[in-house]
Amino acid sequence: MSGRHGIRKSRWLPAYVTVYLGFLYLPILLLPIFSFNDAASTTFPLAGFTTKWYASLWGNTAMLVAARNSLIVGICVSVLSTGLAICAARAVTRYKFRGQHAATGLLMAPLFLPEIIVAVSLLMIVLQLGIELSLATVILGQTVFCLPYALSVLISGFDGFDRSLEEASLDLGETAIGTFRRVTLPVVAPAIISSLLVSFTISLDEFILAFFLSGTEPTLPVYIWGQLRFAAKLPGVLALGSLMIALSIILITIAEILRRRAENRLKAGASVHG
Amino acid sequence: MVALPGSIETENRRSVAGRRRWTSSDEAKGLTLISPTLLYALALLFLPVLIVIAYSFWSQDYLTIDRSFTLENYRIALTEPIYRDLLWRSLTISLAVSVITVVFSYPVAWFISFHGGVHKNLWLFLITVPCWTSYLLRVMSWKVILGYQGVLNTGLMSTGLIDKPVASLLYNSNAVIITLVHSWAAFAILPIYVSLEKIDRSLIEAAHDLGDNKLWSFLRVTLPLSLPGVISAFLIVMIPTVGDYVTPKLVGGKDGVMIATAIQAQFGKGANWPLGAALSVTTMVIVSAMAGCMVLALKLFVRRIK
Repeated sequence: MSGRHGIRKSRWLPAYVTVYLGFLYLPILLLPIFSFNDAASTTFPLAGFTTKWYASLWGNTAMLVAARNSLIVGICVSVLSTGLAICAARAVTRYKFRGQHAATGLLMAPLFLPEIIVAVSLLMIVLQLGIELSLATVILGQTVFCLPYALSVLISGFDGFDRSLEEASLDLGETAIGTFRRVTLPVVAPAIISSLLVSFTISLDEFILAFFLSGTEPTLPVYIWGQLRFAAKLPGVLALGSLMIALSIILITIAEILRRRAENRLKAGASVHG
Repeated sequence: MVALPGSIETENRRSVAGRRRWTSSDEAKGLTLISPTLLYALALLFLPVLIVIAYSFWSQDYLTIDRSFTLENYRIALTEPIYRDLLWRSLTISLAVSVITVVFSYPVAWFISFHGGVHKNLWLFLITVPCWTSYLLRVMSWKVILGYQGVLNTGLMSTGLIDKPVASLLYNSNAVIITLVHSWAAFAILPIYVSLEKIDRSLIEAAHDLGDNKLWSFLRVTLPLSLPGVISAFLIVMIPTVGDYVTPKLVGGKDGVMIATAIQAQFGKGANWPLGAALSVTTMVIVSAMAGCMVLALKLFVRRIK
């Protein structure tokens, strides 16, 4: 078969990609399979279908408390990191200023740092200042960690924004705040929601920072970590894990759809204008 | 001075006007807008890292910190056999993981970029979905897969391929490498894909037309042009994996312990912050140097081939 650019498509490449995808999805598909398995161990052949592991989650107070903690942390982190990332993304895409590269570099740094070093350094500063470890310290730490992701979602969402729309609104007598609310916001809203969802998902799944900074209030991953020592608790953890994986996939799919829609809208806007 | 009030006034007026011009400039607006985010990152990322560096030169005196300058922590970090071995193993594992991840991910990025057609975005999405699910759960899942009574062993036994479980799957460096390669796959594919997308397709066509075979046109045209993506993939995989904590803890066993466990211990039971700080700094410096050498080697290799 000959491709468009004379680059021949070999037969083994699609097969390789399929195997690779299988490798990627194997671990996250196995958890749900074993969470419905009627046995306390994770062995083949499967023993039978059951939903009892899921049912056992509802009576589990410690798990429900951890879930509530995760929800609080997730909401705060997503709002805080998206808010901060909006300022930065807007500054970077709208204005040119000295130190712009250094500033973005600093904000993106957590992507290129071992997480344990971020965690340890935050732990040191928090304890040094005499602040008690709590959900608040987890929120502060995870926000730093979410910023690079929120920022890249928002920069790509703001990048193609047509500035003449804002200028027109200002010329027609609308205030700066009014312009942002009535002109800018509707265009960039999908990117903002996408950033909120992405940050929430990262926070929900984040373990290291929560492990170091949570003190006596565990989030879900910290709770799971504590359960892993007991082999008998594994099926319950598998059920909880499957629910978390399902939630992550749903949130990330919505975020992707919104991001794509925002992109298309910007593209359409640009083509009308051009 | 009394004789020149007018000139001072104009001077003042000019500087006020200058300031006004500056405050309404793009530069000022940009800086003001980014300042909350920047201050946040300075306070909770930059400052903490500086504190870690400062601590690494101090020492623990029972319960208090002795703030006189010392290199003792670095001596311990670099010469004590336990830390030297852990550091060496962490570096080897992160190098292996980054090379394997990049080599195995490159064809996937290539496939999406050159044969993804109209569904490129869908392919990218499919590749990234697993990486958005909990990292802790994925590592746990690998433990379930590779365990003695795990999925792979019992699965293979029930098909009759083996009659005794293989014990060497879990609790060693290989298990750590497999798990980390899985965790970082998407982080390698995305930058390589982005750089492949930027390549002008007619260049590859030209190489074909000029008689280069597939391998040569890849080595001399595609690979050099996609080098920036390959380099970012290396960096984004190699540096964070060196300090991985969860994977060695869950699937590494005794032979797979990495430096993060030692760092964590200094902030828990060991309670020696300066040593923990020195271990962190040493790890960062050495892994950055290793990454730098890798980048240089790649650039030289590509230049040699061209």
